[in-house]
Amino acid sequence: MGANEHVAIDTKKRYQAGVLKYAQMGYWDPDYEVKDTDVLAVFRITPQEGVDPIEAAAAVAGESSTATWTVVWTDRLTACDKYRAKAYRIDPVPGQAGQYFCQVAYDLDLFEEGSIANLTASIIGNVFSFKPLLACRLEDMRLPVAYVKTFRGPPTGIVVERERLDKFGRPLLGATMKPKLGLSGKNYGRVVYEALTGGLDFTKDDENINSQAFMHWRDRFLYCMEGVNQAAAQTGEIKGHYLNITAGTMEEMVRRAEFARDLGSCIVMVDLIVGWTAIQSISHWCRENDMILHMHRAGHGTYTRQKNHGVSFRVIAKWLRLAGVDHLHAGTAVGKLEGDPMTVQGFYNVCRDTVTRQDLPRGLFFDQDWAGIKRVMPVASGGIHAGQMHQLLDLFGDEVVLQFGGGTIGHPMGIQAGAQANRVALEAMVLARNEGRDILNEGPDILKAAAEHCRPLRAALDTWGEVTFDYTSTDTSDFVATPTAA
Amino acid sequence: MRITQGAFSFLPDLTDTQIAAQIEYCLRNDWAVAIEFTDDPHPRNTYWSMWGHPMFDLADAAGAMQALRECRAARPGHYIRINAFDPSAGWETVRLSFIVGRPAVEPGFRLVRREGPGRTLHYTLESYAVGRQPEGERYAT
Repeated sequence: MGANEHVAIDTKKRYQAGVLKYAQMGYWDPDYEVKDTDVLAVFRITPQEGVDPIEAAAAVAGESSTATWTVVWTDRLTACDKYRAKAYRIDPVPGQAGQYFCQVAYDLDLFEEGSIANLTASIIGNVFSFKPLLACRLEDMRLPVAYVKTFRGPPTGIVVERERLDKFGRPLLGATMKPKLGLSGKNYGRVVYEALTGGLDFTKDDENINSQAFMHWRDRFLYCMEGVNQAAAQTGEIKGHYLNITAGTMEEMVRRAEFARDLGSCIVMVDLIVGWTAIQSISHWCRENDMILHMHRAGHGTYTRQKNHGVSFRVIAKWLRLAGVDHLHAGTAVGKLEGDPMTVQGFYNVCRDTVTRQDLPRGLFFDQDWAGIKRVMPVASGGIHAGQMHQLLDLFGDEVVLQFGGGTIGHPMGIQAGAQANRVALEAMVLARNEGRDILNEGPDILKAAAEHCRPLRAALDTWGEVTFDYTSTDTSDFVATPTAA
Repeated sequence: MRITQGAFSFLPDLTDTQIAAQIEYCLRNDWAVAIEFTDDPHPRNTYWSMWGHPMFDLADAAGAMQALRECRAARPGHYIRINAFDPSAGWETVRLSFIVGRPAVEPGFRLVRREGPGRTLHYTLESYAVGRQPEGERYAT
């Protein structure tokens, strides 16, 4: 193919009726100088066989901004050069034949202020179904300060959450109530009470607990708050239960939020599947009502897990930080659910940094200045247990909620004992780390020593000490060579 | 009962050597170390009394440990905690807080339930010790 296929052609020919290459329409501009106010996106594209990668990149820029498949004269009624997105860089993905990282710049004026719905309708609205692409994945975005400032972000943030809870200097502990479905409100509240009294800070509804026949939502809220307050009285600590207010309509969701508030709950939760507009609305409600907002990323695996197609979770995390959530499930690396450790650390950085720096091994393509927007508390949940405490603390530091569901409720000596084991393991590990010990290597010994004054921890280590979930991750950064399973 | 506020209340009470090691950790992070005490340990009692100002320019833990010994001697039968304050941008808050002294007997809290419309309840925690005696005389020394 000729090099001139990649060059925008002069205006007179450009608007003759017919079909042009996207690159010729001006959507490929390798000399483009990125502006500080541009929204940037990097896509991993897999062009169909025979499709020129530069033309594919230009098509992505075109279809996610102003273009359609043919030339339209109405372009000439606008400052179309400005509104056109520009693909400005393309690199083959190391080790992945046929895949390319392409970088696209969008002018700030393409986006409505304070609306993730509008941002996503542009960036992922159309291009993922585009026929010339076999697959397409949105890997990362740079959101300019000018745009970040149009969002209010997390209603509470890590700093204020800790001040409200009066808990500093260690990860928070939580557990999801099990079984997920089928308990009556009264039995469910029992599990809440036992886990919190035993030593956890939070308990949690699971994503699919709403208002089913076995437990209507008001019953759940009433019994859970009885458990929360009983546990607070018995420990002298502030406790919380993430009351899931996800419902069929926004009106019903707000009604449930108001009931949670009236009962004195410090936190509510919603599922990611409620959608961007509902998330932003409930975030604003939380800000008005001094409520912490917990986000369960239900459903994300349908589009985040396969690295050739979909949207990376690091992008979802960026959008959620702008939309305004306080807690976000961001993976465990060592637990039962998908997550390469470096990639997961990248998600945590997106949640917690004031400025996120480019870090290619962690999948972060751009510097991202968060412009004072509050920090999101990441949540590690799914198949983790007390025996991994040193690894978890080493990977994620203090600003995280560690959630041990089965690792609390499945304890052989009971739920309170399970909670106590987790709390003792955590405090012993934090103490040792602060003393300067090498917890990654000495971790098992530190746990063993702590278990000498805590029988439930001894039992937890005996039961789960050897459990690991050692599978190859599907979602890894490809920018540097990643080891593959033999 | 044992009030489990603070970062290390599930461990056996820290020795002075262990406390000093935690203070050294705070100083390595450039956090200011403060000592606070109270005999009203309600979890929503944010403002415990300050034992002097936060110590901003400590070279090592010795000065803070001396202040802690003085606080213990002057305020027996009180809860004492060490807070570490991080003034850096984006934090500007307490980064570590742990209890280093507590009364021998902790009577705990009563959960007061006030019935509301429907089946709603309004919950309040009341400290037995606070309800029984005025400030300064609440716990046996």
